[in-house]
Amino acid sequence: MDLSNLVPIPVLLPLLAAGITLILARHPAWQKIVSGTTLGLVAVFALILCLAADAQGPIVLWVGAWPDGLGIVLVADRLSSLMVLVSSIVTAIVVIFPSRRDVSDSADGAPVSVFHPTFLVLTAGVSNAFLAGDLFNLFVGFEILLFSSYVLIMLGATRERVRAGSTYVVVSVLSSTLFLLAISIVYGATGTVSFAQLPERLAALDPGLQLVIQLLLLVVFGIKAAIFPLQSWLPDSYPTAPASVTAVFAGLLTKVGVFAIIRMQTLLFPDSPLTDLLLVVAILTMLLGILGALAQGEIKRLLSFTLVSHIGYMLLGIALGTVAGLGASIFYIVHHILVQTALFIVVGLIERVGGSTSLARLGGLASVPLLAVLYLVPALNLGGIPPFSGFLGKVALMDAALATETPLALLAVIAGVATSLLTLIAVIRVWQRAFWQDRGEDDDRVHSLRVLPRIWVVAASGLVGITVLLTVIAGPLTDFAYRAAVDIQGGAYTVAVEEALP
Amino acid sequence: MTPTLILAIAGGVLIAAGVYLLLERSLMRILAGVMLAGNGVNLLFLVSAGPAGDAALVGADPETIADPLPQAMVLTAIVITLATSAFLLAMSYRSFQLEGHDEVADDVEDAIVRRRAEADLSSEAYVDISDSDSESGGRDDSESGGRFERETGSRAEDEEAR
Repeated sequence: MDLSNLVPIPVLLPLLAAGITLILARHPAWQKIVSGTTLGLVAVFALILCLAADAQGPIVLWVGAWPDGLGIVLVADRLSSLMVLVSSIVTAIVVIFPSRRDVSDSADGAPVSVFHPTFLVLTAGVSNAFLAGDLFNLFVGFEILLFSSYVLIMLGATRERVRAGSTYVVVSVLSSTLFLLAISIVYGATGTVSFAQLPERLAALDPGLQLVIQLLLLVVFGIKAAIFPLQSWLPDSYPTAPASVTAVFAGLLTKVGVFAIIRMQTLLFPDSPLTDLLLVVAILTMLLGILGALAQGEIKRLLSFTLVSHIGYMLLGIALGTVAGLGASIFYIVHHILVQTALFIVVGLIERVGGSTSLARLGGLASVPLLAVLYLVPALNLGGIPPFSGFLGKVALMDAALATETPLALLAVIAGVATSLLTLIAVIRVWQRAFWQDRGEDDDRVHSLRVLPRIWVVAASGLVGITVLLTVIAGPLTDFAYRAAVDIQGGAYTVAVEEALP
Repeated sequence: MTPTLILAIAGGVLIAAGVYLLLERSLMRILAGVMLAGNGVNLLFLVSAGPAGDAALVGADPETIADPLPQAMVLTAIVITLATSAFLLAMSYRSFQLEGHDEVADDVEDAIVRRRAEADLSSEAYVDISDSDSESGGRDDSESGGRFERETGSRAEDEEAR
């Protein structure tokens, strides 16, 4: 079988399953089985794609085989297939969590039946954004994932969620409008939106116009990735959603933005890395994000701020524009998707066991040792404690930054170390307050994992296990990331797309 | 490629009006802004399509037809704008149902953090080891930045409403 026919499967399969789960709206148990199996299958296909892309270079499919490159092209190179693989693993695990009670939370008669179809559409959108071979298809992928995220963030439409969701929707709609504007300018200037043809034609443009296009796209993707100064929507909107939804948003959606920045910086504007600008932005994102986290008294908000701050690390690697920097960034993205999702999932468990996510109310959770371990391991990982992948990723990034030997890169390294330490302070404060603080005398709640369905504990342990496993497979994974970076810098993408032209 | 000046100006005006409305707090005005700005961008797509031409049908002379690709993209964009408008309308109506108006409110946790900063208190995540007795319960209102006052206050309001 031709491998290129596998490329659209991560998009098509979830869309198909979304339809099936919609038909099964009155049978929640079946919905869960269908979406679980689908996402598991997607993960398997993504693994095959990933291995194939590693063995034989970018796999390209011209959908519909229209003549002269008229149709849509999907490309799975090392980077995008790795992203699809990680995202499908995360979604396959997270889909286990939402239960009727969790999704509907406090609202009466919340439409639980829409959760699974929307979640599957979200997955399809994320995969489509990763695999898209032209700007407009990337836009469509963004829109698919954004629309399902609008629904998911306002699930149940309670007062708090409508308020938080409004901010999110308006900001996202604005960024989509800007994206469309950027596409129309690109098309007007070059006559194409294909990633394979754009580099050559963009390079022929007036440098001023090139810079306008680049900055416009950077703002668009910057809003999605929540980089400074476009980050303030994120900590306001993410924490109010159900825990499992926040987990997948925090893990995946911002990374789609980072992925788009990588594509744009390496593929469309390889000669204009804007290193200084991006380094300054990366430093400010790291520091302001983590300082925001230190001021929070609510765990989900605190983690949302650390999410913003750690986007800065990925940006740092991209800003350097070197193979080492890119490879380290790709490794860090993989690490961060998994760790951040695991943390939010565990906070969901804490919320169930402790009855709150506010640090002023939690306490004494250390009486549940398994929960304590589940929190502490990814928390230390995020803070960058040595054996874990967070440490390895940060060291790789700093190595890459030091190799460029510019004063700004040195400053970025210092900011990175400071952020890492401050992250540790932030997550350890949660550890102290939620797990070790004495509880108020009027609090007679008995802490026990029994309030949780057993499969949740198993799935959360599995996810935390995967984050630990990242340390074990760090060697092959970094090698893969560096091969992906070499791929990107070497222009394998363009060559493969043109060769596959029907 | 010769762009049409009128289309470009119309697109610019629509986007400017859209941006103005987007800055409002009421969701209905934001919705109007989104629609205006979206249509403005759609017009710019037509500008980027170049000079007008015949309908792009199979069999037409490729030399005289208009560029069909931007039209396809605009069509997609229009569909997306329609969906966005429908969703924003529903959201605005839901907000009206819940609050009696459709204005986007400030974030509650933000307000707490801000109030603590104004009162020159340490952050809620801060653990004071030397004075753990008064801190441990966290019930002191000045320490919590009004969190408990707010919650008991809103509870009283709820009961009143009932």
